[in-house]
Amino acid sequence: MSRITDPFKRSATGASAPRRTRRHGLAAHESRDPIGFALAGLNKLAQSDLIDRVGLRRQSEQVVFTTTRSGFRTVAAAGRRFGKVASGSGPGTRPTTSRPTTTRHGDVFDLTPTEDEQKLVDVVTDYATEILRPAAAAADESCLAPVEVLAAGLEIGLPILGVPEARGGLFEERATMAGTLVAEALARGDMGLALAAMSPGAVATALGLWGTESQQQTYLPAFTGPEVPVAALALTEPAVLFDVLEPATTATRSGDGFVLDGLKSGVVRGAEAELFVVGALLDGRPTLFLVESGTDGLTVEADPSMGVRAASLTRLALDGVRVPAESVLGETDGSTYTECVRLSRLAWCALAVGTGQAVLDYVTTYVNEREAFGEPISHRQSVAFMVADIAIELQAMRLVTYKAASRAAAGKDFSREVALARQLCGSKGMRIGLDGVQLLGGHGFVKEHPVERWYRDLRAVGIMEGSVLV
Amino acid sequence: MISLETPKKHRVLVDQAHQVAMNMLRPISRKYDLAEHSYPKELDMLAAMIDGLSESGSSSGAGAAGVRREESDGDDGRVRNGTNLASVLSVAEMCWGDTALLLSMPRQGLGNSAIASVATPEQQARYAGTWAAMAITEPSTGSDSASITTTARLDGDEYVINGEKIYVTSGERADSVVVWATLDKALGRAAIKSFVVKKDNPGMKVERLEHKLGIRASDTAAITFTDCRVPAEDLLGSPEIDVKQGFAGAMATFDNTRPLVAAMAVGCARASLDLTRDLLAQAGVEVDYDRPAQVQSAAAAKFLQMEADWEAAQLLTMQAAWMADNRKPNSLEASMAKAKAGRVGSDITLSCVELAGSLGYSEVELLEKWSRDSKILDIFEGTQQIQLLIVARRLLGLTSAELR
Repeated sequence: MSRITDPFKRSATGASAPRRTRRHGLAAHESRDPIGFALAGLNKLAQSDLIDRVGLRRQSEQVVFTTTRSGFRTVAAAGRRFGKVASGSGPGTRPTTSRPTTTRHGDVFDLTPTEDEQKLVDVVTDYATEILRPAAAAADESCLAPVEVLAAGLEIGLPILGVPEARGGLFEERATMAGTLVAEALARGDMGLALAAMSPGAVATALGLWGTESQQQTYLPAFTGPEVPVAALALTEPAVLFDVLEPATTATRSGDGFVLDGLKSGVVRGAEAELFVVGALLDGRPTLFLVESGTDGLTVEADPSMGVRAASLTRLALDGVRVPAESVLGETDGSTYTECVRLSRLAWCALAVGTGQAVLDYVTTYVNEREAFGEPISHRQSVAFMVADIAIELQAMRLVTYKAASRAAAGKDFSREVALARQLCGSKGMRIGLDGVQLLGGHGFVKEHPVERWYRDLRAVGIMEGSVLV
Repeated sequence: MISLETPKKHRVLVDQAHQVAMNMLRPISRKYDLAEHSYPKELDMLAAMIDGLSESGSSSGAGAAGVRREESDGDDGRVRNGTNLASVLSVAEMCWGDTALLLSMPRQGLGNSAIASVATPEQQARYAGTWAAMAITEPSTGSDSASITTTARLDGDEYVINGEKIYVTSGERADSVVVWATLDKALGRAAIKSFVVKKDNPGMKVERLEHKLGIRASDTAAITFTDCRVPAEDLLGSPEIDVKQGFAGAMATFDNTRPLVAAMAVGCARASLDLTRDLLAQAGVEVDYDRPAQVQSAAAAKFLQMEADWEAAQLLTMQAAWMADNRKPNSLEASMAKAKAGRVGSDITLSCVELAGSLGYSEVELLEKWSRDSKILDIFEGTQQIQLLIVARRLLGLTSAELR
């Protein structure tokens, strides 16, 4: 089924949030033809010699196709069919929360990662340095993560980090701490590309944590196989003062299954995704639903935002989307959903720490090299103290995030700790982005330097929900 | 394995310290804030109890002397939670009770930490049981402690000390004072040494006690040294003037005491947070950790911000102590902890007064007191600005001549 949708028109049963598009200062009663907008953008992109210079022409043509398709057509045909495995509605294989070591979490204060965690971080750091960082500027420009970059991420096992070992994953125990360290290392390369690379893993991790035997057998083999599907955890909605615990997206019981209606935003690589985990209110409680991209009533629209553009953000509209009873992921009492929100916020905190570290590394070199009034600007307290404050707040963000992550990995309550981490990473992370640009002055404002991108990326922290999970 | 919890072996100590703070310090907290300069005699019994705990080993080595780094703490590859961590944890609990009273605790002075940091083993043994205050600051020398003018001249087997020191915490009550003096001003900071001067030394005189904004239960003395003769063996550490090592020897004390002061700020701020959370709850404001701050009341949002900053200060402090326990150089982390804890301590205690309105401002509650006590913690043992200088120089690889 294929139909043209009008992005200005709200679905009758959809989200309560008003859908606002770019107005260019136009008054509310002015209405513009969205196709005209897209054409103007296409024209501009076709004229760009940047894409030829960096060898991105083929890829950008691909984006144009994707954006157009995702903007105006249903994604119904894009997805593969996941062969349903009917047996086993009981809980699937879960990662354990106890580690096969003699020390238990909480016995000893320690900031040293385990050997396995460190090995993983080393590999991911190489990937972030050698592959993500060099690709970051172009990916930001084109709103697309290059295929080779993502392929390399699959090779190092990013999607299966949170999948139980028995289901083909990396760790026997809950890999929240490892996932946090990995997210940080990835974002030190680039936050947008980190999101793109981590998005399938978010869904796989959710299946590992909350999937039934049948759900795990249906979906997880695809993630551990050679053709890893693109998948997205869709919790955010485009609403002012959005509270993720009260999504406007609804699930209503109908026959054997449910009907989903609403609008999700910030959906990573939504146009390519074959499987979504969508948050919706069922009987007044937020619940997670597995939705395959081939389902009728789904529309994806490109939603380029201020930053994390390499993640190809989209809006996902659900208009009378029928899903079967077994598409509920986890509990319907809100507990699974809340845990998912917390683990997702934890991942965002880790991303903020990684990007904050990138800023610190960059400005440290810059202020020592840049001269003014006959000496490096680092010799001035007003400059040096800003760098010191970045370092102090960054380490603070890191420690508070690690505390939340280590508690989550041990199966302890971490609601307080993750809330504090998010508070800190949202506000201090943004401050680091802001000061990063300020320290470079005018040079920070132009795209020759990456600090303006980090500034835009860091604004996502504290706003976005879902998308990533550790 | 990463874990940032209070370690199992220190939990009993922390609980004990909390009980002491709640049952012995809080009841006399306002009394000695009002009666500035009168000796809190209740502390004698407490100090005896703490000595007893130390003797029995159940204090985990916590306390002012817990900052010493033993050579025998060999590196067997295992992660250590030792006396540095125990000390910051117990100090924070005690300051949750009352910062000024913790500073007045007999035999737990900053001078004791200095002795523990730089004294030879023979001196350690000789000074066991002493209560030592710390005298660095002079009327015209604050943060710039390298340019102190108090002199020490070797005369036979004695040093002769001349000069004036101010802001000596417990300067009147302690048994002895650790004094910084220069052996030769021409040789700069390398010539600065510390000396233990006993209280009965006729050359040392307490001139006055200061009247202060906060920590009023703690006496702060101005002391003069006039041809004050001390035996040569009371020079702490080595008498050699090692120009290469420079100031490092004397400054090593600060790597150990800064996490302690950070812990004081953490403890004091938590007192404010705990009470304010309670007062807000009575007023119908509950902080929800799962809801975004911007959909909660402004008071709840402010509280979340304060608690996040508090957690950050606490963990930075624990990190600095953990590094000391594991014999990792921690100058950078000690200064980070003190900078963060110092400013967060002020923001939290002052904001809690604001949230509680005139109830917080009045002497009916202790919130106003904590907001006066916290200020000094962003000043002594290195001001906020000095900590930023240290952090910046280390990060940027700059000397004190380049980044002044």
